[in-house]
Order: sequence, then C-alpha cells, then structure tokens
Amino acid sequence: MKYTKEHEWLRVEGDLVVVGITQHAAEALGDVVFVELPEPETQVAAGDEVCVIESVKAASDILAPVDGEIVAVNEALADNPGLVNEDPLGAAWFFKMKIDDLGVLDDLMDEDEYNELIG
Amino acid sequence: MSDLKRLALHDLHVALGGKMVAFAGYEMPVQYPLGVMKEHLQTRQSAGLFDVSHMGQVILRPKGSYEATALAFEALMPVDVLSVAEGRQRYGLFTNDSGGILDDLMFANRGDHLFVVVNAACKEADLAHMQAHLSDTTEVIAVTDRCLLALQGPQAEAALSRLVPQAAAMRFMDVAQVPTLFGELWISRSGYTGEDGYEISVPEAGAEGLAKALLDMPEVEAIGLGARDSLRLEAGLCLYGHDIDETTSPVEAALTWAIQKARRAGGARAGGFPGAARILRELAEGPERLRVGLRPEGRAPMREGVELFATDGTPLGKITSGGFGPSVEAPVAMGYVARAHAGIGTELAAELRGKRQPLTVAAMPFQPTTYKR
Repeated sequence: MKYTKEHEWLRVEGDLVVVGITQHAAEALGDVVFVELPEPETQVAAGDEVCVIESVKAASDILAPVDGEIVAVNEALADNPGLVNEDPLGAAWFFKMKIDDLGVLDDLMDEDEYNELIG
Repeated sequence: MSDLKRLALHDLHVALGGKMVAFAGYEMPVQYPLGVMKEHLQTRQSAGLFDVSHMGQVILRPKGSYEATALAFEALMPVDVLSVAEGRQRYGLFTNDSGGILDDLMFANRGDHLFVVVNAACKEADLAHMQAHLSDTTEVIAVTDRCLLALQGPQAEAALSRLVPQAAAMRFMDVAQVPTLFGELWISRSGYTGEDGYEISVPEAGAEGLAKALLDMPEVEAIGLGARDSLRLEAGLCLYGHDIDETTSPVEAALTWAIQKARRAGGARAGGFPGAARILRELAEGPERLRVGLRPEGRAPMREGVELFATDGTPLGKITSGGFGPSVEAPVAMGYVARAHAGIGTELAAELRGKRQPLTVAAMPFQPTTYKR
C-alpha cells in the first residue's frame, strides 16, 4: 500500500490502482454523509479534484493521486457513504485508475513514512 | 487557544475525550468519541448532556416594582413580558432601531425578578444594552459563578427526576429554583434541540458533581456543539449570527409567533419597541423576504452561503444554515428567499460546486418536536 500527503491510499490490483482514504483521514472527517463520485472513463491529472466527500462537519475533495484514467468507481459509496467510516481501507475504496507507468507509485510514501507524517 | 476562555468543566470535557475547538471566545467540546452523528441520535433516542456555560446568564432585579422592570425590559423587545406568569419562561429578542435582531434570548419570571439567558457571542453587548436602557428601574446583574447544562431527549425527565424529583412535574417553559446537594439549581423545562428536556443553571462548585451524576446514568451521554447544531437545525431553530442578525427582522425570520398580540397593532401595549415601524409594517403587509425550510434533492448537504435561485434562474437569496439531518436521514437547510417564492412546496435551485441542484421549500421543523406541553 502507498500513501499520499492528502491522506489517500493506493493499492495495486493487477494492472489497476485502487484509491481510497486512510483511517486517519476518515476519523478526521467525522461521519461521512455524502460522496460524489467521478464519471468512469475520465482522464485525470494528478491533483485534479475527482470526488467530493461531505461529512457532518464539512465538504472535502479527493484529488487524483497520479495521472491516468478512472476506469471504475465504487457505487456502493453513493448509497452508503457511512462505509467510509466503517471500512476506509477496504470496502470504501473510491475509484480504480489505469496508469501508464506503475513506477510513479515509487515516489509516494510507504506505510512507515505515512505513519510518521500523521505522527 | 491561549486567548480563549475555559469552561469551568474544561477538565471533565477533556477527560471525556471531548475535541475542543474555539467557539464564541471559548474552548468548547465540538464532539466526543461517539461522534456527531451518534451524539445526535443519542439525544433524539435517549438523552444528551450539553455544557452551554458559555451562554450569558443575567438577573434583572427591580429597583422598584417588578412591573416597572418588566415594562422597561419589554421596551427592548416586540414581546409581551408583562403577561408571563411567575414560574414561566418565554422566548424573546432584542431589536434595533431598524427592526433587525440584536440577539435572541430566554427570560423567566421568578416572582420578584427576571432571569435571562442570552447567546455567548452577544453577552457583553447585551449586558451593555440592558444596563444602558434598564438602569432607572433595574439592577442588571451578570451571573458569572454558575454553569449552564442542558439535558435533552426523551429520557431527560427520567434521568433528572432521579436527582430532582420535582423536575418530572414541570411543563414546557416552566422554571423552578430547587435546592439540591449540588447547590440551588435553576431549572427550566426547555432547550434548543426540539426535544423535551431541561436547561439547568448550577453553581460552579456543584457543576462537576451534577454533570457526573447525570453522565453516570445509562440513558445519558455527553454531547458536543456539532450535534447541538444539527439538532437545532432539524428542529427549525435559528442560530444567531447565521439565520438571524442585525439586518433580519423577526417577521422576515418567521419568528412572528414570538410577537404576542399585546405588542401588535391594536394590542394593549402595541409598538414601543426598537424598530416598531418596520416590524409592524411587515406584520401588516408581509416582509419582502422570509426565512424558509429547505429540502435539497438527493444526499448532498447544502451549507451556509449556498446561493438560491428560482427555477428560471432569478437570484432569490442564500442558505443561512444547512447540513445533513441525521434523524431526517437527508440534507436539510434554512435560508431567506423573496416572499413570492416562500410557499411550502415551491421548487428552487441552489448553486453547489458550480452546478444548479434542485431543492424544495419545506415546512419546519423537519423533525417533529416533543416538548412536554
């Protein structure tokens, strides 16, 4: 698993990258009540705002962690946004991306580095 | 948070795992480990204990007769103070000369004096306002050695009655002063969640004991400001500085129920309050805009500041409070729109993240209230 400074995790699954938010992020957001997902088959650049998460407290964006194409989104989150709090690292994945070069993931944080970031 | 004032029960909130944030000049618990959603539902289903000691408690002690003080106080509000019976509380609001709202408040007739509770952010200004206008008839005394706790929810009566048996017999908006082992409690059967419950003023020395005694009961959990906000929003209650302020009149704010007959045109003591010209005119002719309840379509919350439009694109106003209603299980909001678009069922649009989204004017409260009348 790889991590970004924006508190997203990335997991390689075959030739796809699955993206979600970390336990730390889910706890900081509080109870999630709404998730707006991107359209599948969208080309995105790293840093693009691709999802909106609304918690009882505030709205936040999820950014594309790397360049690539969004090929699948987790429709279960639209019906049950609370999954983000219940299982942020598993059932509450947000989208799957196809990227040209999996090597770009090497620039992201590993688990130890991320744990250091959140202290 | 060095410039912020601390609550007398600060250490208890920290020990309970409260997440402390800045609010109205105080460090306040916004939530506990339960989280906003569960705290909200806990209050609706059982009972929640809120520390609202940041609010201002004020005694208005007559220098002469009670009636003279009541009439002087009445001159600051479009509200009938004089008819409030001993042992009863009423909602009030200070208006300014242009008919806007300086603050909203609760006041109670305690026989030989009045007891007033005002908003935290306004309390210094309110004290100055009362001192400036009431000093001929009244001693205005800020109560600074007491905490204010709110116990809200369907189990509030069962919980408080174990400590204060008299609480069970109180009706909505009754007040009582009750000696207890925590000191003399000043109890009102009221609150700001839409639920049955109590607000309890307790001497600082007894506050921790009272709070712990209530929190030890299986029905009661500590509830933070986050859930307080979603509870009052579902109940359709205004938050000063957001839904009402110095520019909104009580008529625009749909608070005409707070203006009793005696102060309206043709009433026994009609007018005579700041901003009476505008407020009486709006009562007669209708205001230009009105505070309304709003139900966004779908699940996306619409929050304060979101702009509202007619379906043909005409700008109408803004959302003043909004969020997800955990009991309604949907987003709810309130805001101001031109009167022609204020009818229940009117379809509107809101601009959310660059897109127009549909929403409908809806009756408030969004969640039925359970006051024990």
